Amino acid sequence: MKSQVKQETMALNGDEAVAFAVKQCDVDVVAAYPITPQTIIVEKFSEYVANGEVQTEFVCTESEHSAMTACLAASATGARTFTASASAGLALMHEMLFVTSGSRAPVVMAVANRALSSPLNIHGDHSDSMAERDSGWLHIYVENAQEAYDSIIQAFKIAEDVGVSLPIIVGLDGFTISHTLERVDVLSEDEVKQFIGERQLPMVTTQEGKTVPFKLDPQNPMTMGPNALQNYYFEFKRQQEEGMKIALKKIQEVNSEYAKISGRSYGNGLIDAYQLDDAEIAIVVIGSTAGTLKVIVDQLRKEGIKAGVLRLRTFRPLPVEDLQNALKNVKAIAVMDKSMVPGGFGGAVFSEVRNALYDIKDHPTIVSYIFGLGGRDTSPRDLRKIFDELTHIVKTGHVEKEVHYFGLRE
Amino acid sequence: MTTQEWKFTAKDIASKPDLFLSGHRACAGCGPASALRLIMKATRGPTIVTQATGCMEIVGSIYPYTSWALPWLHTAFENAAANASGIEAALKIMQKKGKIKEHIDIIALAGDGGTCDIGLQALSGAVERGHDFLFILYDNEGYMNTGIQRSSSTPMGAATTTTPAGSINPGKLETKKPITEIMLAHEMQYVATATPYYWKDMLTKVRKGLEVEGPAFLHVFAPCPRGWRTEPSKTLEYSKLSVESCVFPIWEAVNGKRQLSTPSKLIALAPQKKKPVTDYLAGQGRFRHLFTPQNQHVVDEMQRFTDERWQRLLQKCEPA
Repeated sequence: MKSQVKQETMALNGDEAVAFAVKQCDVDVVAAYPITPQTIIVEKFSEYVANGEVQTEFVCTESEHSAMTACLAASATGARTFTASASAGLALMHEMLFVTSGSRAPVVMAVANRALSSPLNIHGDHSDSMAERDSGWLHIYVENAQEAYDSIIQAFKIAEDVGVSLPIIVGLDGFTISHTLERVDVLSEDEVKQFIGERQLPMVTTQEGKTVPFKLDPQNPMTMGPNALQNYYFEFKRQQEEGMKIALKKIQEVNSEYAKISGRSYGNGLIDAYQLDDAEIAIVVIGSTAGTLKVIVDQLRKEGIKAGVLRLRTFRPLPVEDLQNALKNVKAIAVMDKSMVPGGFGGAVFSEVRNALYDIKDHPTIVSYIFGLGGRDTSPRDLRKIFDELTHIVKTGHVEKEVHYFGLRE
Repeated sequence: MTTQEWKFTAKDIASKPDLFLSGHRACAGCGPASALRLIMKATRGPTIVTQATGCMEIVGSIYPYTSWALPWLHTAFENAAANASGIEAALKIMQKKGKIKEHIDIIALAGDGGTCDIGLQALSGAVERGHDFLFILYDNEGYMNTGIQRSSSTPMGAATTTTPAGSINPGKLETKKPITEIMLAHEMQYVATATPYYWKDMLTKVRKGLEVEGPAFLHVFAPCPRGWRTEPSKTLEYSKLSVESCVFPIWEAVNGKRQLSTPSKLIALAPQKKKPVTDYLAGQGRFRHLFTPQNQHVVDEMQRFTDERWQRLLQKCEPA
């Protein structure tokens, strides 16, 4: 699709692309604490603040726990808020992630995905945000710096939709995306502001029967973050799930609307299917690895092998129907996970995808590949081996191993 | 209305509508609840309250009911000051952008756990960053909400469920953390101590804390009948005795210059009026085990420690 507006081309790494997007989104409050490989985001944003390029209150908190708290509290006061984190920092936020989603605060957070200790490792994998998959946040994972920029802009529009009202993580692979310089086309600030608009607040009814915006406001006092006991807690949690369902539609809508102005879209916003229509074998993956896999698929197709890739862009809410429709005719699938579920059965994405496909009649054979932990490089040659293994499964009907630890010494 | 204009007379207090409403689930004789009701009378205009998890948070916000006639936010235990940071940042920028016209005060409330222990990091951070808010510690000297466990603010000798009086240990072995000294070391504009028996003094300090532009800290000593094993009817008596025995002297420090408040000042001027700590300890179930010959040394140590802290305080205070 062609862009409707003039765009500028910049050379940015993923972190800078995120910071630049945040700059354009008229964010009221940014509260953050630096951690590798996210640090460039807060450093770059600090420069915008220091030079008066943004109308944003920047709170350099003393911890990630306080960063998330401050974002939640600012959001409850009616502000548009952003933060960024990774690894141990995200783990320190853990408690507040649940409080933020439970409070229906649409905080936007970039996570430069990184391994968790121990042993200490600053490099890229998905252990950090996969450990937060049940925290009630929306999860979008991007493939490159361009998509990081685009997705941050989209994230505000998705999270702040009054029906959704849920916080959102935009995950970008640590170093592979966060620190790699790429060509990024950017919209004008006016265009971005017009696209996301001002933050809309859900309207609620007070005890006096007045309809007022849901925020901390002395004109309309509201108790936020109460105790809900056995008689109400469950209903609160169930309502969050409704927000997730609405998000499933909203993410697709925003993806299409954004395509109209920018000329860029990412599949249907939920999944990015590549050469899947007639594919017999396919790999499902999240993040930057999809880019490399697409190149390999092109090679395989030239050799007459019907291979495809499904990049799961939206992990929460899980697009079950889209996964089913896209993968129902594939014979063998490998799901690649850049994180482990110790003591479980295969990776987290594997479990979810396998579960989603269970109801398909004659469902495909699905195997798990754990790879790239702690930033370990996986070469195109290695990745091709996975397709070879899938071809072997299709030919023989025999699965040797369901869970593979790929590219390590054993 | 400034502190000077506002007299805080009983008539003023009675005529101002309650902002912390009745119907909450606090225990009979609850010191923190009585203090809170009064404290909210000292607000000067539009105010947002944020609160750490704890007794006073639990009792006033059980859905679908609320005791709060003010906008109120609770998020977690260790982060009342971080809540205040976020609220203040949001108000500041939205005022700059013209989305909010009026000034809004912010009060952060936390118990001794949410202040001296798990909440200390967020508090220190928020104060260092200079956010404009009043942090009020209601100190009932223990984790009362979870069933009377020790905090760093529990005094020496007190029996709690994690420092029980046993055959070897006479209750808590360590002394009370000097939280106000820690806050003063942050070079805050306003730090004060208060207790609800001296309600007028307490309310004046709340108002002064709100008038400061930047962070202010108020330490309110609030007896807990359940945790202290005291008669619910004696809450204010213990509030008074804590000052008379110099276990909890009341004072205020404006820009680091510390002055005793009148009840403590009178004791400084007439030391013979200072009551022995045993007057304060007597009748409190948490100290019951101390009144035995083998634990006499603990009482002696508490008296010595109280005297020592009092003398040190006198040296730090400006002449009246």
